[in-house]
Amino acid sequence: MSHSFDDISQQLKRRHRKSARLKWISMGALGLAGLFLLLFFADMLNKGLPAFQQAYVNTEINYTEEAARDARQAIPDDLVAIVSRTEIRSIPLQMRNNENLLGTSEQRWLLVNGEVDQYLKGNRNSLSEEERTAIDERVESGQVELAFNRTFFTEGDSKTSERAGILAAVVGTVMTMIVTLAISFPIGVMTAVYLEEFAPDNRITQAIEININNLAAIPSILFGLLGLAIFINFFGVPRSSPLAGGMTLALMTLPVIIISTRAALRSVPDSIRHAAFGVGCSRWQVVRDHVLPLAMPGIMTGSIIGLAQAMGETAPLIIVGMVAFIPDVGASFTEAATVMPAQIFTWAGEPEAAFVEKTAGGILVLLAVLISLNAFAVLLRKKFERRW
Amino acid sequence: MQTNQLFLLFCTVLLLLGLVAFFIGRSKAARVRSAGGSMFAQPDQYAWFAVLSTAGPAILVGAVGALIMLLLGADIPTFYLLAASLVVAAAGLVVGIAQVRPSFHARQAIERAIRMTLASAALISIFTTFGILFSIISEAIRFFQMHSFWEFITGTTWSPGDSFLAAAGRGDGSGAQFGSVPLFAGTFMITAIAMLVAVPVGLLSAIYMSEYAPQKVRTVAKPILEILAGIPTVVYGFFAAITVAPIIVNVAGFFGLDASYNNALAPGIVMGIMIIPFISSLSDDVINSVPDTMRQGSLALGMTKGETIRDVVIPAALPGIISASLLGVSRAMGETMIVVMAAGMRPNLTANPLEDMTTVTVRIVAALTGDQEFASAETLSAFALGLVLFAVTLTLNLVSVLMIRRFREKYRVNNL
Repeated sequence: MSHSFDDISQQLKRRHRKSARLKWISMGALGLAGLFLLLFFADMLNKGLPAFQQAYVNTEINYTEEAARDARQAIPDDLVAIVSRTEIRSIPLQMRNNENLLGTSEQRWLLVNGEVDQYLKGNRNSLSEEERTAIDERVESGQVELAFNRTFFTEGDSKTSERAGILAAVVGTVMTMIVTLAISFPIGVMTAVYLEEFAPDNRITQAIEININNLAAIPSILFGLLGLAIFINFFGVPRSSPLAGGMTLALMTLPVIIISTRAALRSVPDSIRHAAFGVGCSRWQVVRDHVLPLAMPGIMTGSIIGLAQAMGETAPLIIVGMVAFIPDVGASFTEAATVMPAQIFTWAGEPEAAFVEKTAGGILVLLAVLISLNAFAVLLRKKFERRW
Repeated sequence: MQTNQLFLLFCTVLLLLGLVAFFIGRSKAARVRSAGGSMFAQPDQYAWFAVLSTAGPAILVGAVGALIMLLLGADIPTFYLLAASLVVAAAGLVVGIAQVRPSFHARQAIERAIRMTLASAALISIFTTFGILFSIISEAIRFFQMHSFWEFITGTTWSPGDSFLAAAGRGDGSGAQFGSVPLFAGTFMITAIAMLVAVPVGLLSAIYMSEYAPQKVRTVAKPILEILAGIPTVVYGFFAAITVAPIIVNVAGFFGLDASYNNALAPGIVMGIMIIPFISSLSDDVINSVPDTMRQGSLALGMTKGETIRDVVIPAALPGIISASLLGVSRAMGETMIVVMAAGMRPNLTANPLEDMTTVTVRIVAALTGDQEFASAETLSAFALGLVLFAVTLTLNLVSVLMIRRFREKYRVNNL
């Protein structure tokens, strides 16, 4: 051998260095993924938090005869350019609804229009230099100020950024999810129970199993095509309605619920079944009285996670038309509605700069809901999970 | 409104009949038993059987009638249909009560019905697949009657032009061209970028988590990575369009390159971030199920830990890793919101990721959200594109399943 021990130990050192390098590189990869996540949340918070604030102006409103004809007369002339047009427009309506208002006046905080609002938050806006100094003075005197944005949580969509809110989308999401869960939960659990506890191991069962795994991996937009062609065009379900959207999402959530329910059923040990069979229970009684109750925490966890997934889904809902402009909170399952992700998509498409903030604000609300749903699911599992 | 009230009335009557069946059935069974006969089932079970025989056939008749009305367009007045099913319910009630006799296995009858219900629920997932196939294929066929399949597959110009006018009876729509090659080029470009991000990061993270990380780091890092998969795609789309794309334009500008704000790089990178957890969690599982004896053998031969991972563990886990990557590719190709919001609308056949490109899913959304007639060639083209997308993702999924099955059989792993 021509290698001396020195050579070999040199070589060994090199090899160990190389080995250590892999550790650092792989650690770096994980760190990179974490960094992405951190960056993403920081960016969203940075863009979205201002949406929860809105500029208001304190002004006197005079409910005079002239104001009933030309609403701009109701507020001081120099404020007309600052106050939101939607506020001015609603003054004659208020007067018509309440006859007693005529001739009175009151002091109130009104919404400020989007441009001024953006200026106060230090964002890009189209105000001139004089307008800016005028507003700065009003801020000094306390007449204009930033406060918590109630409108964002109490109103539906609007074409004017300062009045656009997320309530209609939240209600639409709740209604759509009710439909989704009402369809996919029973069918999913029943399917899983059949496959795990009843089905004979034959070709048909295998076909169903392969099919379910495949359904879980089909792009969501294809479910939208199904919803459009079958539910809307064939069965005549109203387009854009929570019913159509919920049914479409239900089919998408079905495989998630089936797969997690099967896992939960499988984790119930056979000894439980044997004991129940041993005291004379029938198959259905074993399932109903013993297996299902024991598997319930797992089933609930899986269903909540599936629900959260459906709640964030947008593509199939766009196809079934749930991106309509919905200013009013919906009241029925068959009327046009929108959901939170679709509302975010709509806002993201608005050209006005003020809507960027609204979009990010909507995203924060959606993420908060999704994270709390998932956290709830994890808690549920932690609390009720049983190790056998 | 009329139908709604009728339906409400129907439900009430059916509910009442069910209650009647339950109580008559139970009292009769109790009477028979107290008379001293031994019965096969409990009184409650006879009662439930009576309810089942009342409501089951009635609901079935109603559903079948409604389906016939819908499928064949036959015009059965709702009133007659509901009345007919109530008559069936009444008949079922009589039969159900008559069955309350000692020699009847009420429990087994109920369980047969339950089993049938469960089995039919399981069939719904099959129906869903068929529904997707049927809806896509039937509309795609209508499209291919207007435009040749060959032109669709090989054409390099996608310009729907005035096809919506043709559907409205004006113009002949001859200017429309449906060559899908640029769309697929865009899809593959963005998918490739996504995989370039997701595979290295995902795989290396998986290696770290399964081979190096202490248990504590593992239990924290895994759920955090999963958050990436749980963020809605519309949010990623916004992130790509508003934050990532301008950064890329600026960086490209710094190097003297001209980038479009709808460049393919931004959606590709963000999509890659989204796919990281899909690849890392499956790879993690696969690497974990490579038998420890292989690691021990390699270490015993004097290989370093890094060499063991690179030359023994990874090659053994390769089928699973490829399978995970294929699933990632399939997800990237079908991903819609990120590309709708961040990629371009213009079909563009180019190899430069800084230019704007469009994808299959973008065109599907664009074709179906316009206000065109449903029968126009452009709307129908969405279904043709959907069909190709379905075929490609299905193939990828099946190959992926086959590979993971091979891995499982080789190492006798059961939990994958």
